[in-house]
Amino acid sequence: MNQGPSGAVSAQNAPGGGAAHNAPGDGAAHNAKVMNRFELTKRLVATLKHDEAVIGGIGNANFDLWASGQRPQNFYMLGSMGLTIPIALGVAIAQPERHVIALEGDGSLLMQLGCLATVAMLAPKNLTMVVWDNGAYQITGNQPTASAATADLVAIARGSGLSNSNWAADEDDFDRLFAAAIKAGAPTLIAARIDNKPGVGATERDPVQIRERFMRGLGVKK
Amino acid sequence: MTDNPTQTAASRQVSAHEKNWRDVVLERLKANDVKLVVYVPDRVFTPLIKAIHDDPYFITFAATREEEAIGIVSGAWMGGMRSAVLMQTSGFATIPNALASLVVPSQIPALIFVSERGTLGEFNLGQAMVCKTMRPVLDSLGMETHTITRQDELAFIIDRSIKQAVATQAPVTFILSPLLTGGKVFEK
Repeated sequence: MNQGPSGAVSAQNAPGGGAAHNAPGDGAAHNAKVMNRFELTKRLVATLKHDEAVIGGIGNANFDLWASGQRPQNFYMLGSMGLTIPIALGVAIAQPERHVIALEGDGSLLMQLGCLATVAMLAPKNLTMVVWDNGAYQITGNQPTASAATADLVAIARGSGLSNSNWAADEDDFDRLFAAAIKAGAPTLIAARIDNKPGVGATERDPVQIRERFMRGLGVKK
Repeated sequence: MTDNPTQTAASRQVSAHEKNWRDVVLERLKANDVKLVVYVPDRVFTPLIKAIHDDPYFITFAATREEEAIGIVSGAWMGGMRSAVLMQTSGFATIPNALASLVVPSQIPALIFVSERGTLGEFNLGQAMVCKTMRPVLDSLGMETHTITRQDELAFIIDRSIKQAVATQAPVTFILSPLLTGGKVFEK
């Protein structure tokens, strides 16, 4: 299989009925409810029934994933800020039958925006990207990110070719968008405005054990 | 004397290498089940990249940054697919954080092919400077590294090193010297 621009994004309609209040340029980001990352992480993980892989980005994204209950299919990224979505894309390419979910923060995504264009170009059917946007580099002292003021991460994703990109208006909308993303057959990005509460847990910092457990969880190692 | 014998020999050597080194790399990747190749383009690697694109065995595409490519191949390895990254020297200079905080501590056998710029006739000062940073970074990370200068050693080095990387769960870097590839030649 040789992938390239010919496999461009096909789905034009936003899933989950979120399209009406999520049209580009309508200021949806600023109307979306401010939610809580840990609550949304728990809701998301609770819906996983098929050993979906989840990649938790550096810092609070993976701390809350850890705290939501540890699954062998979770990968907790301790370093390499910005590489959550690329790692998830690699897993999605290697295991096309398994759905893969990336949980990424706004600051981390801003560091590696090019990955959105790569995902759109490849159009994997089994990749969902969730972006927690609190408008801050929370873990380093709450310095504001560009998304706090001017950058709209959903608009950036759409501009990168990911037409299935939406702000979650509230918790129910988040659930709906996520359920649709799993079935979409096209890469999907869901952005959620979140509050500034710190991560709930603290991931055990053992990269080899994390990687090893994840590979066993994916059936790569026995 | 109008002919410069050294120059003639060198150019003959270069054209022979241009014909073959890419086939050896491609063949050794396939022989070792390396299915995914993610690259950031390089002029010297262009024939190899084209050959990989033309071979339906491979999944191949350009990443927007070398760091992104490292993330993708790390994920692919954990998902059970062997994969390689292609880049040039200046791209290597952008990945030490991904190596030091993901690949090395997680023990991921990333296969990194670097087209060596910045030496043996380099004409761009920036490339020459960035080249000097590459080996000290690899040494400081304790990463297995081979500079390949000869066609007759290419298959052996790649083959054995991929097997070692997988068996010892450690990354390996192949620096493909202009002595092997011909490099990028200064055009007046």
